[in-house]
Order: sequence, then structure tokens, then C-alpha cells
Amino acid sequence: MSPAIEQSRGATWLSLLTGNAPLVAGYPASVRVADAKLSGQDARYIAVVPDPDNRFPRVRNGEVGLVEGWELARAVHEIIAADQNSETKRPVVAVIDVTSQAYGRREEGYGIHQALAGAAGAYSSARLVGHPVIGLIVGKAISGGFLAHGYQANRLIAFNDPKVMVHAMSKASAARVTLRSLSDLEAFAARVPPMAYDIDSYASLGLLWRCLKLANPDVPTASDIAVVESTVAAALEDIVADPRRDLTGRLGAQNRQASTKVREMLRAQWSPRQP
Amino acid sequence: MNIEEMLSRNSFIELDARKRARALLDADSFRELIDPFERVTSPWLAQQGVVTQADDGVVVAKGIIDGQPAVVLAIEGAFQGGSLGEVGGAKIAGALELAAEDNRKGIPTRAVLLFETGGVRLQEANLGLAAIAEIHSAIVDLRRYQPVIGIIAGTVGCFGGMSIAAGLCSYLVVTRDARLGLNGPVVIEQEAGTAEYDSRDKPFIWSFTGGEQRYHSHLVDAYVEDDAQQIRGVVSAFFQKGLPNKNRSELYPGFLACLAEVDASAQATPETIRAIYKKGFSS
Repeated sequence: MSPAIEQSRGATWLSLLTGNAPLVAGYPASVRVADAKLSGQDARYIAVVPDPDNRFPRVRNGEVGLVEGWELARAVHEIIAADQNSETKRPVVAVIDVTSQAYGRREEGYGIHQALAGAAGAYSSARLVGHPVIGLIVGKAISGGFLAHGYQANRLIAFNDPKVMVHAMSKASAARVTLRSLSDLEAFAARVPPMAYDIDSYASLGLLWRCLKLANPDVPTASDIAVVESTVAAALEDIVADPRRDLTGRLGAQNRQASTKVREMLRAQWSPRQP
Repeated sequence: MNIEEMLSRNSFIELDARKRARALLDADSFRELIDPFERVTSPWLAQQGVVTQADDGVVVAKGIIDGQPAVVLAIEGAFQGGSLGEVGGAKIAGALELAAEDNRKGIPTRAVLLFETGGVRLQEANLGLAAIAEIHSAIVDLRRYQPVIGIIAGTVGCFGGMSIAAGLCSYLVVTRDARLGLNGPVVIEQEAGTAEYDSRDKPFIWSFTGGEQRYHSHLVDAYVEDDAQQIRGVVSAFFQKGLPNKNRSELYPGFLACLAEVDASAQATPETIRAIYKKGFSS
């Protein structure tokens, strides 16, 4: 394995947060699963990492492909099943550094949408039955890759760093689909916050619980690691103290007012008025 | 379908989103929430000089199906390719959230989703993506109580994050004109090249993502004619059937077993996909 691959942020932070815990056996090289403590209790940590030898050629740079989607589903369903009859639902930490979903003929043909539904559905089910789910965005969180791995979390934490990016589509493709030039697209992205590619603009949408400035996210210092660990622990505490298991904690930002307004109107109109 | 049948049928595809919703609900039970006269339009399109639409391309219709309370969420493919922005996305997510809440209060509200969408509206990129994550969450919540039925009639099809939403539904219904896939053909071509995916080769695209292929690969539950009565009948039958033993999105052992048999060194063909998936995923 090349040093560049070893340094994938997802892999780095999965090792750091689990104290180099051994990986759970039976998963492919692209899906790393480790069981370790979080605030003294058992937790499952999951990351998708680049696998240059992936047998699916369009899934070699950290994308979420067919197998990755279903293996994420398995990693989460295992925890749901294990704690089915237990009062304590162990937390799941998604360490997020996904370049995107995989784009390819094999992927479309074998139903990558269904594989990603497997993963998103698993995370969502875990959260709804009471597993605290925390998403830690350490690198890219792009489109379907993010929907499958992390976007169903009770709380999202991101590093405030130029390599951290949340988006729906690459700039080249987004320009082509919207029939804009790349420079026009970039001009809009600069003044329309939901279109922007930087993490500050994303944070302004209210979707993040915390945004962390670190000294060095790639080769973290001891204090970087301590800050991240304590923030993940605080997120867990916040989730446990919150009776809600839905995603309403993401609502309320200035740049997302319509999302609240539409919900208020729907609620007011939901039941027919009595004559 | 013979000529007589064709003349007597009511095309579903030719209906706009509002008429589709009306066609699925019991007679005179249709009641639209946040209707176009309330003019809740996209705050983001206007900023970019793009014409808005008074319903933002999503119809939320409350009503009755077979005597039971229902909500139909219909996406209008003719507006911005059925793409979901903040308002349209919140309409769908918010309605599904209220339907789940109803069930927790003992009101058995059920939902039908009419997918006609390219996925995230790129002019509202991250707010579309966030709304779609909330739609996923709300489907998974609601499907614990009532079947959530997805219909892809065509001709836009169902792509992007909304194809994941389709994959989360309890039951999925398609016509021959439907397409279901994660990535739009143009985007795959842009990201991977024409050798991987030629967006101008329509028969090729339909052979992989078309409704008939998806049905024969067990990725959807029903394959129907473009006929409003037939589609209504299928919806009714699935609601009567109740919750599936397992949702398709929970069948990871079956899918992983099938994918282990795929020779990934060779390019996929529609025939190999049908052969690999022919046994289904339930075992």
C-alpha cells in the first residue's frame, strides 16, 4: 500500500479515535470497522477508505460503491441486532472521508442506488431505535457517498479545513448539468451559500453541530486529538440528553428558513379544518 | 395492449403531478397543502435569475385511499427536471414526518411518493442534499408503521439522492418508461468517459436502468402499464398486503452474496445482471 493511501484522513482518524483497535474481520479493505470505547462505553467506528486494488475499477479512490454500500449496511445492522434486547444502544461513529459515490456502468447496472439505500437505511434505523449516531467529517463528504455514510447521524461534526468539503456534485458535472460555464458556476457558488464548496458556507446552513479548527488534521497534534475526542464525547452526551431521535436539530439557521417555514405551514394545514 | 385497450385507458404518464396525485386518491378526497396560491417559492432560484414555480415543483396532497388517511407526494418532472431544492424537499420530508407522527398517535396515515426527479437541484445544492437526507430518514421512520409506496412512471425517471429514497420504499412500482439509477447518464459520462457510459446512446441506457430491466433484476416490485386504473389497483394491493417481511434496503446478505458472484473484471451487461440477480435477495 502506498504511503499516500495510508494517510487517507478517514483511515488516520479511525485509527486515532479507536487507539489502533484491531479491525473487525470479514470486511473488505475499503470498509474499516473497529470496536472501541467512547466515553468508557463500547462503540462501533466505521470508515470508508481508498482501496487501489478494489475489484470494482470505479471504486479505487475512496468512493462508496456497490459492495461498500451493502457492507456499511451490514456493519450497522450487526450493532442493531446485537443490542436488540438491550436497554443500552451502543453508539456508532461514522468517520467521513468519501470522495463520492462510484460512477460506472457496473454500479448502475447492479443497482448502486439500492446499495446506498442499504447503508442510509441502516444508519437511519439505528438512530431511530436509539443508537446514538455521530458523523465526523474529516475530509470529503460528497453527494451519494455522504448520504450513505454519515448524513443520517444525530449530530454532525466537521473539521474547519480547506480539504473538508460537502457537496452534491463535482464542479465540472454541476456546470454541465445546469448548462453553465465553470466560471459562471464558481461566480454563483461565491455568493449563494448552498452552492458553495467550502466548509464555512456549509456551516452557515445550520447542518453541523460543531465545526473544529485543528492545527493539523493530517498529522494531528496531541491537542488536536484531544479536542476531537472530547467533541465526539460531548456529542454523545448531547444525544443521550435529547429525547428526539429525528433530524430536527438541523433546523433553524438563517440560511435555511424556508425549511422551517414549510414544516410549520404543513403542520397548520395537516388536519382538515372543522367547519 | 390492443388498440381498443389503448384507446380506453387513461395514461398516467401524460398527467401532471397534481392530476397524478388526484388519480390515486379516492374520489373528491384530494386536498392540497401549501398549494400554488400560497406561492412558497424557492428563495435561491430567484437570486440566480432562474424562473421559480408557485409550488416549487412538489404537490403535497392529503386524502383517502381505500378509506384510509393518505398523503401523496408528487414531484413535477416538468419543472427543473423534477429537481429538489429547499422548499420542495421540505414539503416531502415534512409531510412524511407528519405521517409518521400520525401513526404514533394512532392515525394510520400512509404515503405514496411519485418520483419524477433528477435528484438534488444543483442551484440549491447543499440544501437539496440536506433535504434528501431528511426524506430518507422520514421514509425509514414511516415504513415501520405503514407501507411507503414509490411509483416511477416516467418519463423523467428517478435519479440522484431520490433514487436512494426509492430504494428505501417498502414497495416500488415502475412502468416501461421509467428509469431508475443513482447517477444521471450525463454525469457518469462526465466523470468516467463515454467508453464507460455513453449518455447519447438511449437504448443502452434503457437496457440498464429502464423499468423492465429493473423489474427482471428484482430491484422493483411491480411492472405496470401506463394506465391510471392499473397503477391505482397496484397501490391498493400493496397497501392491503401490509408491511413486507423485510424491506429491500435491509437485504444486505442476499445482495452481498450476489455481488460476490460478479466478475468485476468484465464490463456488465443487462443479461449478466439478470442472471446474477435472478434468485432474488430474500434467502
